[in-house]
Amino acid sequence: MCGFGGYFGSVREAEALLKRMVTAIAHRGPDERGTFVAPEAGLGHVRLSIVGLGDGQQPMSDATDDLTIVFNGEIFNYVELRDELRAKGRHFRTSSDTEVILHLYDEMGEDCLSVLNGDFSFAIRDARRNRMMLARDRMGVRPLFYATRGETLYFASEIKALLQVPGIAAEIDPIALDQIFTLWAPIAPRTGFRDIYELEPASFMIAERGRQTIRPYWRLDYPDRDATSRFVNECDAAEELRALLSDATRIRMRADVPVGSYLSGGLDSSIVAALAAGMAPQGLRTFSVTFDSAEHDESAYQMQMAAALGTQHSAVACRAGDIARVFPEVVRFAERPIIRTAPAPLYQLSGLVREQGLKVVLTGEGADEVFAGYDIFKEARVRRFCGRQPGSRIRPHLFRKLYPYLPGLQQQSAEYLAAFFGAGDVPLDDPLFSHRPRFKSTAATKIFFSPDLRASLAGYDAAEELASRLPQDFGRWHALHQAQYLEGRFLLPGYILSSQGDRMAMAHGIEGRFPFLDHRLVEFAAGLPPEMKLKGLVEKHILREATKDLMPEAIGKRTKQPYRAPDSLSFTGVGELDYVREAMSEDRISAGGLFNPRAVAKLYEKCQSQPVSGFRDNAAFVGILSTQLWLKTFTGTSIHTAEAA
Amino acid sequence: MTETIKDKVRAFVIENFLFGDTSYDLADTASLIENDIIDSTGVLELVAFIEDHYGIAMADADIVPANLDSLARISAFIEVKAGATVAA
Repeated sequence: MCGFGGYFGSVREAEALLKRMVTAIAHRGPDERGTFVAPEAGLGHVRLSIVGLGDGQQPMSDATDDLTIVFNGEIFNYVELRDELRAKGRHFRTSSDTEVILHLYDEMGEDCLSVLNGDFSFAIRDARRNRMMLARDRMGVRPLFYATRGETLYFASEIKALLQVPGIAAEIDPIALDQIFTLWAPIAPRTGFRDIYELEPASFMIAERGRQTIRPYWRLDYPDRDATSRFVNECDAAEELRALLSDATRIRMRADVPVGSYLSGGLDSSIVAALAAGMAPQGLRTFSVTFDSAEHDESAYQMQMAAALGTQHSAVACRAGDIARVFPEVVRFAERPIIRTAPAPLYQLSGLVREQGLKVVLTGEGADEVFAGYDIFKEARVRRFCGRQPGSRIRPHLFRKLYPYLPGLQQQSAEYLAAFFGAGDVPLDDPLFSHRPRFKSTAATKIFFSPDLRASLAGYDAAEELASRLPQDFGRWHALHQAQYLEGRFLLPGYILSSQGDRMAMAHGIEGRFPFLDHRLVEFAAGLPPEMKLKGLVEKHILREATKDLMPEAIGKRTKQPYRAPDSLSFTGVGELDYVREAMSEDRISAGGLFNPRAVAKLYEKCQSQPVSGFRDNAAFVGILSTQLWLKTFTGTSIHTAEAA
Repeated sequence: MTETIKDKVRAFVIENFLFGDTSYDLADTASLIENDIIDSTGVLELVAFIEDHYGIAMADADIVPANLDSLARISAFIEVKAGATVAA
C-alpha cells in the first residue's frame, strides 16, 4: 500500500516536480520513497512496506528497463500468478507482487487486468510502445486521479499531489458540489475539483502521444429478472458462499507484516474477524471505535465478539468534541466536501491502529452492497408494498420497523410515514426508484446554495445525470439488483471506499482490506436470487446462514445497525469552536460565494439552540462547514467565484 | 383573523425551515413535504410551535398531513382548534 504520482509528456524540472508530488502524499507511504525520470515520462512513489519488505522498492523496472511501474495496493493472488509465470520460464528478482504485475503486463498487455485479484491502482511506463498505462481495481478501493495540461498527462493517488503541478490549481466544481449535495458523492470521473478527474473503477487508460483512451475491463452485472438462477438450493449457495468468503479472507491475510481486523460489533466485521482469527495462529488483533452516546455506541457487541474470538482488542473512544477536533484534517484527507461526519471516527480508528504498530486491517466493508444489507433496500421494498395500496393506514407502519434508531420517525402517523417515504409517489419503473427519497431529502440541503451558485447550475439535475449513466440492461434487472447496482457502482467507490475508506485509513498509513469485495464473491452474490439476499425484511439472509457458526447468536441475528456518528451536534454541543465560527461566519460564507450567508447564520443558530436536528439540517450543516474548510484548505483564500463547468 | 394566523405560520415556516429566505415562492396550498420544506423532525418542530403559540394540545391523531402539510391546512387547523381565543 502506497501512493504515487507521475506524468506522461513534457515537464520542466521533472525530478523536483516528482519529489513535490510524492511529498504531498507522504502519509501514504512512510517507509520509503523513490523517483524515476525518463524522456517524456516520470514516476514517483512513496511506500508502505507490506509485501517484499526488503526488495519491493518502487518505481520498479523489468530486466530490460523497458517497463517501469508504480503501484498502490495489493495483488492478493500474486503467489498463484507468480507460480504460473515461473512455470512458463519467467524469472523473478524480488518477492513482491509488484514484479508480478510487470511480468503479466509484459505477457498480456492490458489484458493482464483480468487475472488480477486485488485492490490496486498502478501506472506502467512502456518505453517500447512509448505509452503509459493507468489502471484501477474493479470496485474502486484504491484511488487514481489525473489531469491534463497542454499535451501532458499528470496522475496521482491523491489530488493534493496533482496540486503540486504548475498550472493545476484548486477550484471547486459547482456541478460536483450539486452532486455531493444530492447523491452524497460526485459522479466519477468528476471530482470536487474542476478539471481534475478520477479514473473510474474497473477501468484503464492508455496514454500515447497526447491522446488518452479509457476503457472498462470489468463491470458489475446482474442477471435478467426472468432468468433462471443456477442457485435453487439455499444450502448449496450458502456453502459456496462460505468457501468463497473464506478464500477471499485467506488471500487477504497475505502480508509480511501482521494483519489486524476492525470490529464494529455488527455482523460483517464480526464475520471477517472470525474467519481471520481462525487463520491467525499467532492471534488476531482487533480494533474498534466507541461513542459516548448510546445511540451510536456498539461497544457491548464489540467486547462480546472480541471475547468470543479471544482477540487482543483495542478501542478508541470518540468523545464529545473529538469529531470537531479532527474534522479539518478529515476534510483535508477526503479532499472533498462531505455531508456526514462518519469519516471522522474512522480517521481516529486508523490512528489507533497506527499507534498500535499495525499497517494492515481487514474490514467488513462491502457486505451491505454485495448481500443487500442497507436499510434502503428494505425501504424500497416497503415503498413498493405501500404503493400497491396507496390509502392503506396499516402498511406505512412498516417504515417504523426499518428505522428503530430514528426517534423522529417513530412518533409519526401512518399518513406522515407514507408521505415522507414518497410511498406511491415514485413511478415503480423509475430506474432510481430505490434512491429517490434519499436523493430528494438530501437535495433539500441546496436551499442554502447562493443565488450565484444556483444561477450557474442553471437547472442541472444530478439524479438525472446519474440515471443517464446506467447500463442498457439495467431495466431488465430485478428491483433489488437495480438498487444494489446504485449502491455498489456509485456510492461504494464514491463515498464509502474513498471518503470513509482509503482516505481515512491512509491518512495514518493504514491499508484496509475488504474480503467482501473480492470480485469472485461480488460476481457470485450478483447471481444469487434476490430473495436469498433480502428475505422478506431480513437483510443479508444468505450471509447469515453461511456464517452462523462463527459468532454468538446475539450478533449473528442482529438487525443491521447503520454506522453513524453525531453530526451537527459534534460541533455545537461542545461550546463554540473558533474555526467553526469563522468558517460559518457571514464574512467567510460571503467570500466563498457558494452559500447564502443569512440562511447559514440562521442554520448555525438553530443547530446551536436545539440539540436534535433533522436530516436536512444536519446534512446541510456538515456539508456547508466541510465545503468552507475545503475552500480554505485547498484554495487557501476561501474565495471562489461560482461558475458551472 | 385567518390571515393573522396564516401570516404567523408563514413567518415561522420561513424563519425555521427556509432560514429567512423570503424570496421562496411559498404558495398557501403548497405541500411542505413534497417541496422538501419539512422532514420528520420538522413536523415535531411545527407541532411544538403550534402548541407553544396557540395553547393547543395536539393529539397523535391530529398530527397528519391533512392538518399540517400546507400553510392553508395549518392555519385552518389552528383556527378550528383554538377558535376565538386565537384572535388576539
